[in-house]
Amino acid sequence: MTESASKQQAPMKAKDYKSGIKPVWCPGCGDFSVLSAMIKAMAALQLKPENVAVISGIGCSSRIPAYLNVYGFHAVHGRALPVGIGLKITRPELTVLVAGGDGDGFSIGGNHFMQACRRNVDMTYIVMDNQVYGMTKGQASPTTEPDWERGKLTPHGTRINPFYPLVVALASGANFIARASSSDPNGAARVITEAVQHPGFSFVQIMSPCVTFRPEQRDWKKIVRPAPVEATSDPAAAARRLMTDDSFFLGTLFKGERVAFQPEFGGQSAPVTELDKDFKINS
Amino acid sequence: MKAITTKAEFLVYALAIEEEASERYAVFADQMETTNNPEVAGLFRKMEQLENEHAREIEKLIEDANVPHINPWELDWGDDDQPEAVDFSDTHYLMTPHQALSLVLKAEKRAVKFFSSVAKGDVDEDVKRLASEFADEEREHVAWVKKWRKKFPRPGEDWAEDMDPPNALE
Amino acid sequence: MSRIAPSLSVAIVGSGGSGVMTAGSLLLDAAGTVGWYGTMTRSSGPQIRGGEAAAMLRLSTEPVASPSSRFDILLGIDWLNAERFAAEIPLDRGSLLIGDAGATPPAVFTGSGARTLDLPLSELARGIEGGRANMVALGIIGALIGMPMDSLRSVLERYLGKKGASAVAASLAGVDAGAVNAAGEAGAFSLDTPEDASRELWNISGNEAAGLGALRGGVRFVAAYPITPATEVLEWLAPSLEKIGGVLVQAEDELASVNQLIGASFGGTPSLTATSGPGLALMTESIGLAVASETPIVVIDVMRGGPSTGIPTKSEQSDLNIAIYGLHGDAPHLVLAPVSVADCLFTTQWSVHLAETLQTAAIVLTDQSLGQTRAVIDRPADVAFVSGRSIQTQTVTGYQRYAVGGNGISPMALPGTPGCQHTADGLEHSPSGTPSSRAEDHLQQLDKRRDKLAGHDYGDHWAVVEGEGELAVITWGSSLAPVREALAALDREGIQARVVAPRLLLPVQPERMRQALDGVTRALVVEQSHGAQFFHYLQAFYPQPFELQSMAQPGPLPIRPQDVVERIKNMRTT
Repeated sequence: MTESASKQQAPMKAKDYKSGIKPVWCPGCGDFSVLSAMIKAMAALQLKPENVAVISGIGCSSRIPAYLNVYGFHAVHGRALPVGIGLKITRPELTVLVAGGDGDGFSIGGNHFMQACRRNVDMTYIVMDNQVYGMTKGQASPTTEPDWERGKLTPHGTRINPFYPLVVALASGANFIARASSSDPNGAARVITEAVQHPGFSFVQIMSPCVTFRPEQRDWKKIVRPAPVEATSDPAAAARRLMTDDSFFLGTLFKGERVAFQPEFGGQSAPVTELDKDFKINS
Repeated sequence: MKAITTKAEFLVYALAIEEEASERYAVFADQMETTNNPEVAGLFRKMEQLENEHAREIEKLIEDANVPHINPWELDWGDDDQPEAVDFSDTHYLMTPHQALSLVLKAEKRAVKFFSSVAKGDVDEDVKRLASEFADEEREHVAWVKKWRKKFPRPGEDWAEDMDPPNALE
Repeated sequence: MSRIAPSLSVAIVGSGGSGVMTAGSLLLDAAGTVGWYGTMTRSSGPQIRGGEAAAMLRLSTEPVASPSSRFDILLGIDWLNAERFAAEIPLDRGSLLIGDAGATPPAVFTGSGARTLDLPLSELARGIEGGRANMVALGIIGALIGMPMDSLRSVLERYLGKKGASAVAASLAGVDAGAVNAAGEAGAFSLDTPEDASRELWNISGNEAAGLGALRGGVRFVAAYPITPATEVLEWLAPSLEKIGGVLVQAEDELASVNQLIGASFGGTPSLTATSGPGLALMTESIGLAVASETPIVVIDVMRGGPSTGIPTKSEQSDLNIAIYGLHGDAPHLVLAPVSVADCLFTTQWSVHLAETLQTAAIVLTDQSLGQTRAVIDRPADVAFVSGRSIQTQTVTGYQRYAVGGNGISPMALPGTPGCQHTADGLEHSPSGTPSSRAEDHLQQLDKRRDKLAGHDYGDHWAVVEGEGELAVITWGSSLAPVREALAALDREGIQARVVAPRLLLPVQPERMRQALDGVTRALVVEQSHGAQFFHYLQAFYPQPFELQSMAQPGPLPIRPQDVVERIKNMRTT
C-alpha cells in the first residue's frame, strides 16, 4: 500500500502529545512549563507517541506521564530509573524518558541515579528540581540548601552538604549533562531535544519552582542565565566548569562520547532444546 | 537565531506568537477550573479563544505551503519567553480577575513592542506594513483589556490568604 | 423544633481557599472548651491547593470515636465539586442543608430529602472588613448547635491572636454575623451541656498520640522519611524529641531509616520510626535483621489504601498480612494495633516497652482514619511499665549475647561495656554470636526468639473484650469504634452481642482468645480489607468450632455503625 505525497499524515503538533487530563499541580508550578517543553521536544523530533515511554517515580513532577499522550509508567518512589532501564534494554527501539523530582531522584533514588549514569543506557532523565519535597508538604530535599529552616523535620536546617546532581552525573559517567529552567520553556525544549538525540544516558536538570512551599523560588527566573561557554566533550573541562557552578547556569554542559550500554537481545538464537546438551550424560 | 526579513518568515513568527499565547491561556483556564476559580477560568478561556481566532486569521495569510518548520527555540524573541505568552509562574489559584487581566495586559503590551520593533527593522516593505498592522491591532487589544479590567476591583491585601494548609496527596 | 440528641454530626464543605479545615478545627476546639467530646476528619479533592475540601465533625456529651451513619448538618461555603463527598456525608430527611444564597447544592445532597436553608454567607462576609465566609459559617453552626458564643470567641482569639487584632476582630465579626443570621434556627440541633466541665480534656490526633506514646515509652531516637499519612507523627516528634534530649534525623529513604534505628538501638537508645505500607514493605528485610540480631525497634505503620501506591490519603486495614507474614524466614516478632485515637498513645507506649523488654521488633498498625482524625478526649492516663531492656552492665568472662535458657531474654551488653564485646548478627549464630550453620544452634536460637515472646504475660491489654452473648463480633483497630456503636444500638433493641478486638496481633494468644469466646456459637469478623486479611488470620491462628462470617470491605469509605447493625441482623435471621 502506497501513500501519495498529498495524503501524508499531517505533522504532530506539540499539543497532540498531551493526553488532555488536567494536572493537579498548583497554578504557578514550574512543571507546567516542563510539560510544555517536553511536548515541544517531542514535536521537534516528530516522535510517534506510541513509541515513546515516560517512566516516573513518586512526587508532584512524577504525575507527568498521565498528562502525556504516550506510554507511561508511574512506578514507586525512587525506582523509575531501573524500570526505564529494564524497558529500554529489552525494547531498544522505543524512546525512553524518565521523569521525576529531586527528592525522588536524589534521595531514595540516589543510588539508582549513580548506577544509571554508570550504566549509560540510551535514555533521557529529566529531573524537575524545586529543592523541596512538595507532595508530602514541604520537607527538605537533597538539593535544599543546608540553612533552610522551614522544613518541619529539619527545623534547624539540614546542616549537611547538599547533593550536586551535575557533579554526581559527571563523576558517574552520564553521557550528556545539561541544565534548563522552567522560566524558559523553549530553551528547555531545545535542551531536551538535544538530550534525546544524544546517545547514552542523558541527564537534564530543570529548575522548576514550587510556588506553594518555596514561593521565593519565583525569583529564580531573575537569576538563571545561559552559561558563557559551549558544551564540552572533555570530562575534565566539564569538571572545572562545575567548580564554579551556582546551580543557575543554563545550557548543555557535557556531551560525552561513551558508547551506550545495549546488550544483544532478542536476535538470532538457538532453540531452548539446545541447552539439554549441558546435562545429557550419554550422547 | 532566525532574523525576520521576508513576509513568510514574519508570518511564522506571528503564528507562533498567537498559538503559544492561545495554548498557554488554555493551560491557565484548565488550572483555574481544577482549583475551583471559575471566574478567572472563564476569563482565560475567552483569551484562549481570542488568540486562537487571531492564529487562524494569520494562518490564512500564509499562502506559501513551503514555509519552513522552525523549532520554537530557533525564533529569536529577545527575551526568554514568547512576547504574548504569560509566564507560567505568574498564575495563582486564588488570583482575581483584575490580576489575571493585568497579566494579559502585560502580555499584549509585549506583543505591541515586538511587532513595532519588527516594523522599524531592516525588513521588506510588505513585512513593515503587516508588522505595523499587527502592532496596531495589539494596541487595540491593550485598550480593550484595560477597559475590561476596569470592571473588576483591585485585589485586597489578603487576596492570597488561605487559612487551610496544602494537601498531601501521596 | 429543637431536640436534644446524644451526638451531632456536622460537615462543612468548600473549595479553593475557603478555609473549611480551619473552620472545622476551630469548631472542634470550641467544642472541647464547652466540655463536649468530638472527632474531626477531613477529606479533599486531588488538588494540592485550591481543591474542594470537607471537614466532618461529630460532637457529643459522651466520648465518640466512630464516624456516624448520617449527618445532621451539611453547610456548603460553596458547592464547587462538592458532590465528590456525597458518599462520605450521608444525609436524610432529618438533615439540614445550608448553603449560600443563590448557590444550588448538588442534586445528590438535595435528593436526600434534607431540609434546605439559604443564608447570605458570602454577602455577610463581604460586609465585614477582612471578613471571611468560613467565619460566618462557624457562627451559623455555633448558633444551630447551641454552642455558647464565648467558647467560639475564646478559641478564635487564641488561634488568630498571632495574626493581629484586626484579624481577630474580623473573624469575631464574621462569627457574630453568622450567629445573628441563624438566630431563627438557634438550638435546632442542641447537645446537652456537659455535667462535669472541670475534667481535663485533650485535643489530639492519632498521629500525635502515637508520637507521645513513643516518647513516654522512652524513645529518644527517630529516623524519618516522609510518607503520607505518617509524616505528621514524625513532624510532631522532631521538635518534641529535641525538647526532651532526643533527636530526629531525616534519612534518605526507608531503608536508611530502619537501619539507623537498628544502629541507635544497638547503642542502647530506644528507637522508632513511622511510615506507611510502601515504606513498611521496604523495611521488611531490616526488620528481620532486628529480629534475628535481637535489637529492639518499633515501626509504626499508619495504614493507607493499598496495594502499592494505592490511595495515600484514605484509610484501610490491608497491611495486616505484611505485618504478620512479611518478614522472610521464621521471624517471630510483635504486631500491635491501637483501637482508637486515644489508644494510639497507650498501644505505642506499650509497644516500645514490649520491644525493649523482649529485644525484638514491634510493628504498630494504626491507620489514616486514626492518625489524621483529631479528637477531643479525656486526658490519657499515665501508664508506667516497670520493666525495660535487660542490659548487661557487669563484665563477665565468656559473655554470651545470645545465651539460651530461662525466659529466653538474654541480657544485652551495650558498646562501651568492657569485656563484653560481641558481634550482633543477622546470620544465624551460636549463643556467643558467632555465625553458625549448625542445626543445634539454629534450633536453639529459633526456639529462643519464639519462646521469649510466647512466654511473656501480656495481661489484659491484649484485647478489648466487652459484652456478653452467643453472638460475637471480632474486629481490630479502627473498626472497633463502629462495631461498639452498633452493639450499643442493638443492645437497646434487646439484641446481645460481645466484641473481641485484639490489640496484640502477634504473638497469638490462643488461651486468652478461648476464654474471650467462651460460649460463643457464631461470630462476625468485621474489617476494612478487600481480601478479608483478618478473617483469614483468625482462621489460621484461632480456629473455632463454630461458624465465622466475614464482613470485609475495602477503603476508602469508613465502616458505619448502621452497616454493622444490618449485617448482624441478617446473620440472626438466616
